[in-house]
Amino acid sequence: MSDHLHLAIALDGAGWHPAAWREPAARPRELFSAGYWVDQVLEAERGLADFVTFEDSFGLQSTGFQGQDHRQDRVRGRLDAALIAARVAPRTRNIGLVPTAVVTHTEPFHVSKAIATLDFVSTGRAGVRTQISARAVESDHVGRRRLPEFGVDDLDRTDIRAVVADLFDEADEYVQVVRRLWDSWEDDAEIRDAATGRFIDRDKLHYIDFQGRHFSIKGPSIVPRPPQGQPVVTALAHSAVPYRFAARNADVVFVTPVDAADAARIVGQVRREQAAAGRSEDTVHVFADLVVFLDTATESGPDRQARLDRVDGTDYTSDARIFAGGAVRLADLLASWQQAGITGFRLRPAVLPNDLGSIIQNLVPELQSRGLFRTAYEATTLRGLLGLPRPANRYAATPEGALV
Amino acid sequence: MTDVRHSGNGKPRKQIHLAAHFPGVNNTTVWSDPQAGSHIEFSSFLRFAQIAERAKFDFLFLAEGLRLREQNGEIYDLDVVGRPDTFTILAALAAVTDKLGLTGTINSTFNEPYDVARQFATLDLLSGGRSAWNVVTSWDAFTGENFRRGGFLPQEQRYARASSFLGAANELFDSWSGVEVVADKTGGQFLNTDAPGTFAIRDEHFDIQGHFNVPGSPQGRPVIFQAGDSDAGREFAAASADAIFSRHGTLDAGKAFYADVKARLAGHGRSRDDLLVLPAATFVLGDTDEEAAEQAALVRRQQVSGATAIKFAEQLWNRDLSDYDPDGPVPSFDPAVGENTIAKGRASVRMHTDPVATARQWRELGAAKQLSLREVVIEVTGRQNFIGSPATIAATIDEYVQADASDGFILVPHITPDGLAGFADKVVPLLQERGVFRTDYEGSTLRDHLGLPAPRVRDVALTGGRAAS
Repeated sequence: MSDHLHLAIALDGAGWHPAAWREPAARPRELFSAGYWVDQVLEAERGLADFVTFEDSFGLQSTGFQGQDHRQDRVRGRLDAALIAARVAPRTRNIGLVPTAVVTHTEPFHVSKAIATLDFVSTGRAGVRTQISARAVESDHVGRRRLPEFGVDDLDRTDIRAVVADLFDEADEYVQVVRRLWDSWEDDAEIRDAATGRFIDRDKLHYIDFQGRHFSIKGPSIVPRPPQGQPVVTALAHSAVPYRFAARNADVVFVTPVDAADAARIVGQVRREQAAAGRSEDTVHVFADLVVFLDTATESGPDRQARLDRVDGTDYTSDARIFAGGAVRLADLLASWQQAGITGFRLRPAVLPNDLGSIIQNLVPELQSRGLFRTAYEATTLRGLLGLPRPANRYAATPEGALV
Repeated sequence: MTDVRHSGNGKPRKQIHLAAHFPGVNNTTVWSDPQAGSHIEFSSFLRFAQIAERAKFDFLFLAEGLRLREQNGEIYDLDVVGRPDTFTILAALAAVTDKLGLTGTINSTFNEPYDVARQFATLDLLSGGRSAWNVVTSWDAFTGENFRRGGFLPQEQRYARASSFLGAANELFDSWSGVEVVADKTGGQFLNTDAPGTFAIRDEHFDIQGHFNVPGSPQGRPVIFQAGDSDAGREFAAASADAIFSRHGTLDAGKAFYADVKARLAGHGRSRDDLLVLPAATFVLGDTDEEAAEQAALVRRQQVSGATAIKFAEQLWNRDLSDYDPDGPVPSFDPAVGENTIAKGRASVRMHTDPVATARQWRELGAAKQLSLREVVIEVTGRQNFIGSPATIAATIDEYVQADASDGFILVPHITPDGLAGFADKVVPLLQERGVFRTDYEGSTLRDHLGLPAPRVRDVALTGGRAAS
């Protein structure tokens, strides 16, 4: 593998700082329009990013883990992430599109066909970020089951640990179902054989017959195998249970180390889970998430962060390490974490468009000058950008069926 | 000179609505034609949508089926198999069209209201107010095998659940009035309320409450279509739909259906203009009527191969007929009575309400006209609605609409993706000359195109950046 590291941009609302929408360049009235999202993704594409992610949830944003904060001074409301990705796809050419799917409240059959279709619409640039929802307010929106109310402090309680573990167990089955459905058509199943009148060779379509604790799914998909074969699966993980889930199921694991040593420790943990899952031969990327406040011509990153905190009235905290400073120092940090085993980064711009613009105009050239980042898109699919081969179809009886 | 803008009785001529149905996964679609393109590549959808928009059609229509069809216990392989996800394609088409309405079929059985409402509200915002939802129901355990809950819904409850589902979705759509997002940077107020999207729904089918998280969209609610034909389906449409996608495309059946559903509206406190009737219609265009008739016969033979004829006969006879000769006579024996077990995932088998009588009609037709089984199937199934020269088809469509057989048509071409090009180039100008079809879009939303009132006043500023790029 090359020395290049990979870059993803995490898009959410007006940026990750809650006061981002009040910045002069912010476009808060357009957060629910297509043009805003097309512009953000085009900017990330100008910077040759591997992919963008789109956050999503089955409820309103809120400060705490449970309940609603009823704040009127922060961005509330969002669009369905998969549809934003689909809307953006025809307007972009190279960048990967990775919407969040809330697996707790959706059907693997629907999400499988949505991401497969996104792969067709984007000609091979689709991925998905799988996310559980443990919030009671969100389960009340769906009504199929009610989750208990608990806070972050309760995560060590035995009963709450069991609830969360069960959600990850369900997510694990969910991704297995999605992946099997993507393979449920062999690549050359459509034959259009006028002589026999057959549109497909039905021997190349497969029932997945998945039977698990949470799902019993027949298949096959209604969508043929997508261009990438398997679109890219990603997951954000902060602790042992999600590390195991991600290492078993994902192609890209997003983690949140605080420093290089922590990064090395987490990478080791993910790699052990990867081996335990029998995936040692697979390429599994471990990306570190970072919130970034970059220096501008008139204001340092730390000053911007402090000013935004004053505007919001609270000190910004995050599950991910917060970086505030210049592009050169950020490049140093990325390089040192790369030495610790991190293969890429998902950068969360504190303010859109400002920090995304700084990433593209300052960080990317700095990384390029160090030989750490691509200078042109070298592949036409997201798997290609990530160095992932197009996988054989698990159901294909012949190499021909697997490789066409 | 006669003013064609008025019908003979002095009433103003009705404006015709036209829509483009992407060719489906049944034998109407002739995939074996040399011109036939992909049913899955986005380029086909792009081209199809651009032809429809160039012709100023009201909307594009996507069907959906959540399990591949089977017959004799095997996946049915004679028709197009496979299609993309409805929402994903419509959102992508919003990027490459400006005015065309985007109608998607979405099942109310194997979904949840919060999820579907999120997706339609998003599609409406991302398309600048062009979304429509064809609400369908299903109950069969066959389709349910692809979903968490399996086949949980008894057949007789499917419209009750659909009605509850649509009611719940409407409450979610309405939970934002459209003025909540103020985004006042200096004042620091993003919302003018501390509880946006508040809803609470509790009935036999749903018990949900909280806050909807997608702000109000340009149309407020997507345009609602209904496609079922049963009494319960018609009542559902009369109560809550903006348009019906019907299968009554002939003059007499169309007039009867039109009168029936329009008469039901008053019972739901609605006026006759509140519900549009838009039948599906196939067509074959030729330079002359004679040429079109010849072409139509050819297309019918492409649509009904010998193998397809056997499959149709099996659906009626409810048994394996694979040893039967399609070029021989209609089977002399009666169909197997009872539940149809031969074909799954297909609505048409349910239309054979009296298989023994239908089989007798087929036999009598075969005997009277000296027709083979295949020729009988060609004769009794799916003759094209409109066959003729551009002038003939334009006149016929106009006649049907003015005679209240419909308010327009959802055209189903048999070639993907260019099957509407001839209609767009040759028939549409004649309808425009007759003064019964728009020469350009007058509004920007699908409700504008269909002449449907907005559900309520919207804050235009919120969506000021609508579909800008």
